[in-house]
Amino acid sequence: MPKYLIYFAQAYPNFRRAELESLADLYGIEIDLSHHDESNPFIVVDLESDDAAKKIMSRSILGRGIYELWGSGKDLDELHKNIKESVDIETKIKLYKNGSFKFDFVGYKGKRDVKVRREMIESFSYLAFEGPIRMKNPDEVFVVVEEYVVPGHGKIAETPINMWFGRQIQLSSRTENILDKYDLKRRKYIGTTSFDAELSLVSCNIGQVAPGKVVYDPFTGTGSFLVAAANFGGLPIGSDIDPRILRGKSSQCNIPTNFKQYKTDSLFLDILTMDFTNNAFRSNFVIDSIVCDPPYGVREGLKVCGAKDPAKAVGRENVVIDGEKAHLRKDFIQPKKPYELSNLLDDLLQFSSERLPIGGRLAFWMPTANDDFEENFIPQHESLELVYNLEQEFHKWSRRLLVYVKRDATEYKGETSNGLKSNHIKHFRDRYFKGFSEKSR
Amino acid sequence: MKFLTTNFVKCAIKTCDSSLEAFPLQYSECELVQEEQEFNPEFICHMLDRLDWQAVIKVAKDLGNTSLPPNKPEDIDPIMEDSQAILRDLHTLLVETRIVEGKMICRNCEHIYYIKNSIPNFLLPPHLC
Ligand SMILES: C[S@@+](CC[C@H](N)C(=O)[O-])C[C@H]1O[C@@H](n2cnc3c(N)ncnc32)[C@H](O)[C@@H]1O
Ligand SMILES: [Zn+2]
Repeated sequence: MPKYLIYFAQAYPNFRRAELESLADLYGIEIDLSHHDESNPFIVVDLESDDAAKKIMSRSILGRGIYELWGSGKDLDELHKNIKESVDIETKIKLYKNGSFKFDFVGYKGKRDVKVRREMIESFSYLAFEGPIRMKNPDEVFVVVEEYVVPGHGKIAETPINMWFGRQIQLSSRTENILDKYDLKRRKYIGTTSFDAELSLVSCNIGQVAPGKVVYDPFTGTGSFLVAAANFGGLPIGSDIDPRILRGKSSQCNIPTNFKQYKTDSLFLDILTMDFTNNAFRSNFVIDSIVCDPPYGVREGLKVCGAKDPAKAVGRENVVIDGEKAHLRKDFIQPKKPYELSNLLDDLLQFSSERLPIGGRLAFWMPTANDDFEENFIPQHESLELVYNLEQEFHKWSRRLLVYVKRDATEYKGETSNGLKSNHIKHFRDRYFKGFSEKSR
Repeated sequence: MKFLTTNFVKCAIKTCDSSLEAFPLQYSECELVQEEQEFNPEFICHMLDRLDWQAVIKVAKDLGNTSLPPNKPEDIDPIMEDSQAILRDLHTLLVETRIVEGKMICRNCEHIYYIKNSIPNFLLPPHLC
C-alpha cells in the first residue's frame, strides 16, 4: 500500500486518532494509527489510495494535510538519497512529467527563507518535471515538509531535524479556514452555553455525522452541535427544555438564522421544546447520530418536568381557569424539578440504545472533577460499546467526550453500569462553585 | 414547526407510548405560513425514506389539504423530470409549510400541546410526567 504523511495541528493531540479513525471507519477505509505519538504532529500511514486519503483529510479538523510520501531524511542530502532509492520513483516521475505544478514548503516550528527555498527547489531538478509551473491551481503541488526543534526560549531553529518530500493530496477543512468560519465571535446567535466551534466540529466527526443522516441534539441550547452537524451534510434536529433559548434573541438572531448564516438552512430539520426524559419522538423515527453536551448544572440548571414538592401539587390537575383546565391552557408554565445527572445519563444511554441503528454513534461531553474521577463513573450500557473516552483538561476539572457505538445484541453484550450513581457522586455544580475544595467532596 | 416535523412526533406521555392513536397528533386551530426556502431535492429524497405516509395524509387533512396521493411516491430519482415535479411539491408541503401557532391534540388521551412562535412545546404538567 502507498505511504502517506499526515501533518496534524497542535490542538487536542489526544483527539487526533479518534477523529481520523472515525472518518476512516465512516468511509470504509482501513487505517492503522496505533503508532501515533501525541507529542509528534507527523505520522506516516499506509492507505489504499489517494481517494481514501482525500476522504479522511477533507473533513478533518485536527489534521492539516496529507501527502503522498516520496521520501524522508534527517537533512536534504539524506532526503534526496531516499527519494532516488525508492523503488517506484521512475513511475512516479513519469506520471507527473507533463502536468502543471508548483513547489511548496511546510515547516513545523521553523522555516527557510525565500533564497534558500529557491536553491532547494533547484536541488530537485533530477525529478525533471516538464510541465508548466503554475502558482494558482496547479495540477500537482510538491511539498517539502520540515520539522524543527526550537533550541530555547526566544531562539530560532536554523535547520530541521526531519524532512519529508511528497505530493499534496488533500488539505484539511481546518487549513481551509473552517475554524474562522464557525468562530463563535462571528456567529449571530450565541449564548453562555454555546460550545466552541473546533470541538463541536470534532465531536461531529467522531460522532460520524454524514450526509443525509439524521443527527439529534437532545440538549440543543443555542444549537452549536446542530450547525456543526450541518457543515458535514448531516440533517440536524434538536430539542431543549427551555423554550426561550430555542427561540433566540429576535427574528434575526436565532437558531434558524445561524443556519442561514452558514448557508446550510436547506439541511436543517427543526427544533422542539421538550424535556428529554419525556420524549415526543415516535419510537421508529430513525436517528443516526446523537451528539450533545448534557446539562450538568454549571451555567444552566439540570431540570425535568414535574413538581418539586409532589404533596403540595396534589389536585392541581383539577384547577380550572375561565372554564378551561389550567394545565391545558396555552399560557400554562410546566413546573420543573431538579434531577440527578447520573439519572439523566442513564436515560441518554437507554434512549440511544433504543433509537440508534446498529453502528450508530452517541457522542456526549461529561464533566468530571479531577480529584475524584474513577473510570467506573463512565456510564455503560449493555448494547453500547464505549469506543472513546477523550479528556480535555482544565485547571481542577476535565470534560470528556464519551463515544459509544450501538452494537447488535447477537454479537455484543456489555454490562450496564453507572458508577456516578453507585458512588453517590455529588452534583458537579456544587463542587464547581466550591472550587473543588476537599470539603466539597 | 415544519410540516415535516409533524411526522416525527407523538404524544410525550408515557402511558400513550403503546397507543396507535398517539401518532400523528391532531393539528387544530393552526396558523400557517409559507416560508420560501432553497429547494434541496436530495433532502426530500432522504426524508421520503423516513416518512410515515399515512400520517402525512392525516396531518395534511387536519390542515385543510386533501389533495395528497394515497400512497407514498415511489421510484423517485432527483434527475428525472417527473420526479422533480413531485419533489418540488413535497418541498412546498414538508419544508416550506410552517405552523406558527396552533394546537396538537393527542387522539388517545386528549392532552393538548401548543405550537408557539413556530416551536412545538411538548413539556408536560406534573401529573402527566
Ligand atoms: C450544557 S447546555 C448545552 C448547550 C448547547 N450545546 C449550546 O450550544 O448552547 C445544556 C442544555 O440542556 C438543557 N436542558 C436541561 N435539562 C433538560 C432536559 N431535562 N431536557 C432537555 N434539555 C434540558 C438546558 O436548557 C441547556 O440549554
Ligand atoms: Zn396522549
